[in-house]
Amino acid sequence: MAKFDLNDDTVVVVIGSGAGGGTLSNELAQKGINVVCLEAGKRLTLDDIENDWGTMFGKLSWTDKRIGTGALNPDLPLWVCKTVGGTTVHWAGAALRFQDHEWKAKSTYGDIPGANLLDWPVDANEMERFYSMAEDKMGVTGRQGIPQLPGNNNFKAMLAGAQRLGYTKVHTGNMAINSEPRGGRPSCQQIGFCMAGCKIGAKWSALYTEIPAAEATGHFELRPESMVLKINHDSSGKVTSVVYVDKEGNTHEQKARIIAVAGNSVETPRLLLNSASSMFPDGMANSSGQVGKNFMRHMTGTVYAILPQPVHFDRGTQMAGIVQDEAHHDDSRGFVAGYEMETLPGFGLAGVASNTIAGAWGREYAKDIEMYDHFAGMWLVGEDLPQEQNGVTLHDSQKDQYGMPVPVVHFEDHPNDTAMRNHAFKRGSAIYEAIGATKTFELPPFPSTHNMGTCRMSADAKDGVCNPTGQTHDIPNLYISDGSQFTTSAAENPTLTIVSLAIRQAEKIAERMNAGEI
Amino acid sequence: MKGKSINRRQFLQTSGYAVAGAAAIGSGAVVIAADGAWALSTTTLDQHAAMTLLRVSRMLFPHDFLGDQYYAKVVEALDAQAANDPAMATQIRDGIAALDSTRDGIAFLDLSDGYAEDAIGSIEGTPFFGTMRGATINNLYGNPLVWRFFGYEGSSWQQGGYLHRGFDDAGWLDAIIESEA
Ligand SMILES: Cc1cc2nc3c(=O)[nH]c(=O)nc-3n(C[C@H](O)[C@H](O)[C@H](O)COP(=O)(O)OP(=O)(O)OC[C@H]3O[C@@H](n4cnc5c(N)ncnc54)[C@H](O)[C@@H]3O)c2cc1C
Ligand code: SF4
Repeated sequence: MAKFDLNDDTVVVVIGSGAGGGTLSNELAQKGINVVCLEAGKRLTLDDIENDWGTMFGKLSWTDKRIGTGALNPDLPLWVCKTVGGTTVHWAGAALRFQDHEWKAKSTYGDIPGANLLDWPVDANEMERFYSMAEDKMGVTGRQGIPQLPGNNNFKAMLAGAQRLGYTKVHTGNMAINSEPRGGRPSCQQIGFCMAGCKIGAKWSALYTEIPAAEATGHFELRPESMVLKINHDSSGKVTSVVYVDKEGNTHEQKARIIAVAGNSVETPRLLLNSASSMFPDGMANSSGQVGKNFMRHMTGTVYAILPQPVHFDRGTQMAGIVQDEAHHDDSRGFVAGYEMETLPGFGLAGVASNTIAGAWGREYAKDIEMYDHFAGMWLVGEDLPQEQNGVTLHDSQKDQYGMPVPVVHFEDHPNDTAMRNHAFKRGSAIYEAIGATKTFELPPFPSTHNMGTCRMSADAKDGVCNPTGQTHDIPNLYISDGSQFTTSAAENPTLTIVSLAIRQAEKIAERMNAGEI
Repeated sequence: MKGKSINRRQFLQTSGYAVAGAAAIGSGAVVIAADGAWALSTTTLDQHAAMTLLRVSRMLFPHDFLGDQYYAKVVEALDAQAANDPAMATQIRDGIAALDSTRDGIAFLDLSDGYAEDAIGSIEGTPFFGTMRGATINNLYGNPLVWRFFGYEGSSWQQGGYLHRGFDDAGWLDAIIESEA
């Protein structure tokens, strides 16, 4: 394991160790490039993982103060992690590629009032190789010759109903969860707590794949419990160092040749905005004014149903089940773009009681909860449209425990999101009604888990924050390396694309470093 | 549970419960089921408060197959919160006062079931209602001892997950899938 000096200005500093930061760090280290990764959270091991929702939420989640406005939960606008490995410790493992047309949202969907649409400056052709590398790295089932997972009961409920409706694209998903032992990790034992952290490491997480692999190269140093507050620059406008606070509360400055920000889509723009200076009065890399704008979190919703016989929906891999028949773009449905339907159980008995009908109580609701083992459930996840007013700003007076301004996150549905959710609720419920559901429930979005777009990629520097490789338009040695880069959200869960972009970015950074360009 | 010695002869008989302990408001109470099967002890909430919260908690999520000992856990958790947080103690005291004043001053504990439901309905949306619903969900449905009544199976990795324990055992769904295929 390497150790680098604070004054070593040859290192690449990566901020965040999740899907984006963890992958980028490892890919760079594999190429012999020295990396210091600063991660705000603690480093846990599989021993710390328990099959208990409340306990693991407490151990893993980002609970530093954030304020949600608009449609967001005011106290917990996002559900993301503050821990080594980032939100890949919590994630469910669904690893889907974008559909080809989704790279071209603006040309496919046209001009939509209120939406700030753009085409991505990269396309399906360009991404093909990186998707394959990511799928291989993560062991994605149904890809690269890897068998799919077996279907659990909750999947069977989805399949049975979907068949009756005539849906045909129904399968156990493309999951970054081992269906057979691979990469030194075991195969899935159907434990059923994927989103509380996989106790046996069958699910890909940067925590026990990318991070130790990077450490083994001798070119990587991880500093957990290191919260970055500010990025510094020199008089030429290049970034030079980061300021961070360690677990004892001491402040340090780490010099850098290149800085890559991967703090997830709220922390990344927050850090750029907090790094405003006389040269960059509106925040760093913000000449377009798009830093912190266009926040997307997917159109989401959940359908639960009470079925005529027991399901035990919390047994087995939580999200290994998908209906893809509504994922395409077909505006005759009354909205542009599409959505996926993915299996989703509850989060334990207390979770189901709390969420099935928000605020409900009384005898009838108690009777519903008594049917717990007859519940089936699915998550609806579709493309939402970027809107400029959805995003992240800094609170003008409130500070967090590090003295950094609290982020205010605003989100409201676009009418297209609402129309899509309405359609998805109907189709999702119909699946369960087709097999005799006695009751169905429509649950509104949970705190946002898929966070995208707040430092988006654009061909033209005036439309976005970074170029097709994630390099910021304004500052050549500053990179955006997480879901913040997303130009549009596509319907698919974002992480496979985040990882693919990070692999690609590492190649481009290495090329430019070798060419002496940065 | 906080250890508090109980003199069995001091019990107050209220609707099936024996209530004992210091009578002074705000200094806690011990409630013992009439059959002695379980007890509830509080340090901050008096017995009127404890009994009121017990009834509210059951009426929020009534399950006839669950004895009061499970709902008592909710009251103990609220008592602990009130003991640590004066604002919470005030919220609970005021919430109980509101419940006691919905029907011409008839105490919530004396209200008929229908009137009691109306009383809870009248506080919906208040912070106290949110506290009661949240505490009941966490301490009733979050109690591993009640899970088996609902078929929630809890932690599974110690038993090797469900790979060999029925993750795909819903035969009735297989029958539908085969008939549609
Ligand atoms: C319950 C749940 C289920 C999910 N399921 C899926 C799924 O099935 N499929 C899918 O594709 N996606 C899923 N996701 C989303 C997925 O986890 C995220 O898309 C992905 O992890 C985002 O990667 P990232 O690199 O942008 O950020 P993260 O993985 O969140 O990593 C960011 C890291 O940066 C650190 N950090 C932030 N700010 C700072 C700072 N200033 N200084 C130092 N460190 C900092 C954070 O602590 C964190 O560790 C799920 C998410 C959740 C919560
Ligand atoms: S179901 Fe599989 S992936 Fe999920 S926690 Fe269990 S072993 Fe891990």
